Amino acid sequence: MTSPIVETRQLRLQVGDRVLCDQLNLTAAPGQRLAVLGQNGSGKTTLLHSLLKLCPVDEDRIHINGLPLTQWSRAELATRVGILFQDNHDDMPASVHETVMLGRLPHLRAWRWESADDFRLASHALTIVGLEHMAQRDVSSLSGGERQRLAIASLLTQNPSLYLLDEPSNHLDISFQIKTLKLLTETVQQDGSALIMATHDINLASRFCDQILLLFGDGTYTTGSNTDVLTDDALSRAYGCEIRHVATESGTFYFPAS
Amino acid sequence: MSPFRQYTLLSALTGLLVISIVIALSSGSVSVPVTTIWQQLINPTPGIEQQILWELRLPRALAAFVTGGLLALSGVIMQVLLRNPLADPYILGISGGAAVGALSVILLGVASIWITQAAFAGALLSVFIVFGLAGRQQWSATRLLLTGVVISAGWGAVINVMLTTSTSNNVQSMLFWLMGDLSQSRTDSWHFALLLGGLLLILSQARALNALARGELMAAALGVNVPRLKLILYFSASILTATAVTVAGSVGFVGLVIPHMLRLLGARDHRWLVPCSVILGGSFLLLADSLARTIVAPQQLPVGVLTAMIGVPAFLFILHQGARSS
Repeated sequence: MTSPIVETRQLRLQVGDRVLCDQLNLTAAPGQRLAVLGQNGSGKTTLLHSLLKLCPVDEDRIHINGLPLTQWSRAELATRVGILFQDNHDDMPASVHETVMLGRLPHLRAWRWESADDFRLASHALTIVGLEHMAQRDVSSLSGGERQRLAIASLLTQNPSLYLLDEPSNHLDISFQIKTLKLLTETVQQDGSALIMATHDINLASRFCDQILLLFGDGTYTTGSNTDVLTDDALSRAYGCEIRHVATESGTFYFPAS
Repeated sequence: MSPFRQYTLLSALTGLLVISIVIALSSGSVSVPVTTIWQQLINPTPGIEQQILWELRLPRALAAFVTGGLLALSGVIMQVLLRNPLADPYILGISGGAAVGALSVILLGVASIWITQAAFAGALLSVFIVFGLAGRQQWSATRLLLTGVVISAGWGAVINVMLTTSTSNNVQSMLFWLMGDLSQSRTDSWHFALLLGGLLLILSQARALNALARGELMAAALGVNVPRLKLILYFSASILTATAVTVAGSVGFVGLVIPHMLRLLGARDHRWLVPCSVILGGSFLLLADSLARTIVAPQQLPVGVLTAMIGVPAFLFILHQGARSS
């Protein structure tokens, strides 16, 4: 059996005094795609940030490639784990090309310049997300959706073995949502990497992921395969409104009933 | 931007630096021909021209270059640290603290002996006050910026009290100090060592700066030790600014505008922006000071007036060109 890329053991997520999720046991093996679902403020982002040491957490309870987070330096961790943030900050000027090249930063040694391979990876990533003709444009001139695609290209350039995606469908139109998630999930399956995505879209989660973590926001959670977790009862309880599903030829779809 | 364009920019700036040095040495109330400058630099022969060059213009040109380089470098750092395009070396109150120190000794009549030390002490005091109030635990850019701006305003009030209660004789020298003036400036080798050391230190962090420009979380996610980087940036920018201020008073505009000019010219990667800023900042202040000495000669203007007079149209021109091409 292949060892998991990420594993949490009895992890507690909290913000201030509020416990969002307690005794969380989670694993993601190579090729696995895990969706994190739950209401606003239920701890989805906190979980993703915890896995990358971006917020205070008990680092002994999180293992990446079998090693506890305490033994990972931030620089080493960034070569294995990459994140797509919910918001991008573009206060300072930068071109599309410069932004996508930032993905190579964790892989470069001090005082070294990017190699031809790094440039190839970056321009390949830009081509995949359809931004290759905008490489010299200033980031501030891009639309919201283009910025999101740029951030995804930057993450692909970073080439991590664990992809953390925080609301990856933000700002994307419906065709790019499908294209992008298809691309990312295929990449994960081909490379033997793993993917954890926090999303508010149950349908995207059920379509592209094979594992679901449903956070109830009161410290409890349920996790397992899509069919085990995505029941009307559990979803209705997690979101605080009645949710029903409809089975069609192209899959199961979820919608709010009230 | 391709490496070719980056090298072209760096070469052009080096050319500009050489031209600025020649102008600074040849122009003034007595103009010295370029050939004579060359002879005097290689093989000094005693005479009036040797005195003018070696005792007046060269020390002043060196002071102008160092001050400009220090301020531009500090400006780059502050803009990334605060992720605010309006940030300049003085935004956190360093120049205010230095000014209160300098003005105090002018008021006490011991300016000729103590002004450098007093300005430096005032600057450091301000650096530690701001850090003590904003920097100890989780310091966000906004918290640091607000604390700095408020402390700056406090120093401004103290400066105004000093100006309004001083004799007119003192007020004259105070105003020159406040506007930035190189006529009394002298540099030592340690000023250059500090500029070079600061340049190398920041160059070693240049890639991390590229990441920090996209936000602290992004930088941390890309493997940057953000708390350590912020400490390095805050204290190096503070010391660079404090040194610049003790050489020439608070010369405005250089630290704000030089980094932006270079970004608009395409040098946004800090591995290029940092060295280019030092060269352009130095050249810019050399040119401004040459004009300050000659424009109403034999009278001299404070160089801080000239930096704005050249900088405003130059910056607006580049901004306009940039807007048209993008």
